[in-house]
Amino acid sequence: METDSATAVLQARGIVKIFGQHRALDTVDFDLRTGEVHALLGENGAGKSTLIKILTGAYQPDGGEVLLQGTPVSFRDPLQAQGYGIGTVYQEVNLLPNRSVAENLFLGHQPTRWGLIRRREIDERAAALLATYGLEIDVRAELSEYSVAVQQIVAIARAVELSGKVLVLDEPTASLDRNEVDRLFEVVERLKSRGLGIIFITHFLDQVFRLSDRVTILRNGRKIGTQPLAQVSTTDVVRMMLGKDVAFDHHPTGLSGAERGIPRVTFKGMGKAGRVAPFDLTLHEGEVVGVAGLLGSGRTEMARLMFGVDAADQGSVEINGRAVAVKTPAQAVAAGFGFCPEDRKLDGIFGDLSVRENIIIALQAKLGWFRALNRDEQIELAGRYAEALDIRAANHDMPVKLLSGGNQQKVILARWLAIDPSVLILDEPTRGIDVGAHAEIVRTINRLREEGLALLVISSELDEVVAYSNRVVVMRDREMVAELTGDDVAPDVIVRAIADHPTRQEPSA
Amino acid sequence: MNRSLRPLAATAIIFALAYAAAIWQFPGLWSTRVLGNFLTDNAFLGIAAVGMTFVILSGGIDLSVGAVIGFTTVLVATLIMWGGLHPLVAFAIALGVAAAFGAAMGAAIHYLKVPSFIVTLAGMFLARGGASVLSPDSIGIKHAFFTTVSKTYILFPGGGRLTVIGGVMLLVFLFGIVLAHRTRFGSCVYALGGSETSAALMGVPVARTTILIYTLSSTLAGLAGIVFSLYTSAGYSLSAVGVELDAIAAVVIGGTLLTGGYGFVAGTLIGVMLQGLVQTYIVFDGTLSSWWTKIVIGALLFMFILLQRVVFSATAPRRKVTWKA
Repeated sequence: METDSATAVLQARGIVKIFGQHRALDTVDFDLRTGEVHALLGENGAGKSTLIKILTGAYQPDGGEVLLQGTPVSFRDPLQAQGYGIGTVYQEVNLLPNRSVAENLFLGHQPTRWGLIRRREIDERAAALLATYGLEIDVRAELSEYSVAVQQIVAIARAVELSGKVLVLDEPTASLDRNEVDRLFEVVERLKSRGLGIIFITHFLDQVFRLSDRVTILRNGRKIGTQPLAQVSTTDVVRMMLGKDVAFDHHPTGLSGAERGIPRVTFKGMGKAGRVAPFDLTLHEGEVVGVAGLLGSGRTEMARLMFGVDAADQGSVEINGRAVAVKTPAQAVAAGFGFCPEDRKLDGIFGDLSVRENIIIALQAKLGWFRALNRDEQIELAGRYAEALDIRAANHDMPVKLLSGGNQQKVILARWLAIDPSVLILDEPTRGIDVGAHAEIVRTINRLREEGLALLVISSELDEVVAYSNRVVVMRDREMVAELTGDDVAPDVIVRAIADHPTRQEPSA
Repeated sequence: MNRSLRPLAATAIIFALAYAAAIWQFPGLWSTRVLGNFLTDNAFLGIAAVGMTFVILSGGIDLSVGAVIGFTTVLVATLIMWGGLHPLVAFAIALGVAAAFGAAMGAAIHYLKVPSFIVTLAGMFLARGGASVLSPDSIGIKHAFFTTVSKTYILFPGGGRLTVIGGVMLLVFLFGIVLAHRTRFGSCVYALGGSETSAALMGVPVARTTILIYTLSSTLAGLAGIVFSLYTSAGYSLSAVGVELDAIAAVVIGGTLLTGGYGFVAGTLIGVMLQGLVQTYIVFDGTLSSWWTKIVIGALLFMFILLQRVVFSATAPRRKVTWKA
């Protein structure tokens, strides 16, 4: 999309960024005008943070160019970008908690006389500066003595003071309460009227609609579109974020009517204050329940409660009709649960251990220290599951980190299958896997269902959710807002359920 | 009160109380003579502790201090007695060597991304070993300059003497206070101790600051070595063993957080004085073993670490904020 460069303060043209074999950004265009708030939306892995890092100098693009007021620029690091007028404020405030507010505002630029810092002048100027943001505080107090909201505004004031053309706000509202969000938005409005170009990244759709003039949506490293927000609805935005082929005609999969077995596990009124509102859910034998929802909707938090990673503060769990305690992952494993977390590299895979060791580790943990599996048993087990799941590795003694993402995912699946679970929770099983391998994971999920397992699968890929789910529950604002069955298990219904009345976000306190 | 001031206030109060109690038991302690000796006897420790304060404020540690002091005493003694140089020339050379040594350690810490603990541990062995290679035996320094310096002092009423080396220590503290609290370098040191990532994003020159911090620490250790050679009129490779630990103790007792970011140079002076007070008390008592100094310091140190835990783990009080529409 061509924009008149007269009003575009910052432009990106055909940006390409490649990590290894993965195209994090594929010829993405972006433009920011003066005096506008431009929201950047996309699920995890869509490429928004990569794009921001390129625009602010933290990464160098592998292709394309960045133009500042029409002139091509390339930044060595964020500091240089700041010198050119591009300031960034991150979610986790990058200031110094141990120094005074005034010093945080002026560090590196303190006025001096004969090499000595003029403290009084700094304090006076800091107080005057913050007053223009509607903030009256003791600027000599340590930054950490103030709330995150105040720290955010100090960070914004510093960024604007030092850069002054473009302000990037990366998830600024994630840890603010409603009142603080209002304050922050007032500040942003004020800066907008001063002519700054503001890029606003968030996953709260209602905030996007409240504050932004235009929105750019990324998915899987590609730009889906840039739209004035006045011309689109929430449903349009959600659809653009989630579904490349979200068809609005029905493709009944026939799964929803499929026979399901007896209830395997029942969660009653389970919840944790500030994380997930209490929910009821029953998983049956031979059933896949899909979980849909945007990033930050509470879907991962729900899975973590179920597996005891975070202890629920209310509710109960019944397995085959008997109440059990699931307060820790160890209890969950003992109760027959398996959990493949969202971030494989961080939470799931032991990259330097072999395929075999990765597969047997959960079983060994369940057996305890004193009943070690001998090598023959290990080889037999690893071989059996590797074959069952079609794990392609040259041999089972090679480190897991050398396998492809899809095969790593199958190794984690094998690990949990080895303990013979009755309930398996998968969080984004196809994330970060080549598109070609997606179908294989979906096939695996379908086969496990046929074998009688009860599965809960969280996914942003609506086509896939629809392809394997008997039922779909929809999460929004940390609450289970819909349970779709029958013909309602269809992408367009899910999108509408996600977008429906996006209520104001009341984030975790 | 500002959170980081609390440990400092606690140190000051404890020092005042301990001094008052000691005077109550031994009225002789209340004299400018004792005070003057305090300064003279602890001059080398105080000077080294100023450098250590900067290192710890930045979140690091410098274990090479005692070894650098020992090395400097030997280097100065060799240059004067064997090289025939004037002491002032020898001092200049020694300071230059110490500064280069510190800069090298700082560069290794920053560029090789090795923890300061390891780098300065290696520095400690290098300096101590180097001193023994120069001369394994103690070298007595006989020079007119040394005699003149030791006879120069300002006389206080009551017979107390502010000697040259005591004065040097006070000047170093003054320099340290201004450097820490009133210069951009000082701000950068605190910034590094607060959060190195944030500091880098805010434009703090991390490499330069790190190198300067360790250069400063080693240079002051070199100065402490010079003062030590003036104090003992000798150079000995095994002198000042373990002084780095006394310096760390003084810094922590003086209210600086061992993890960096919070603290005051002035607090370190009180920390040094508190150690001196314990030693003097033991001398006055006459029956106690001098090892009691270590026990008391250990107890104090433990107490202050607990105190800091309490002060800094308590959630920071929320300051009043006035929002204007």
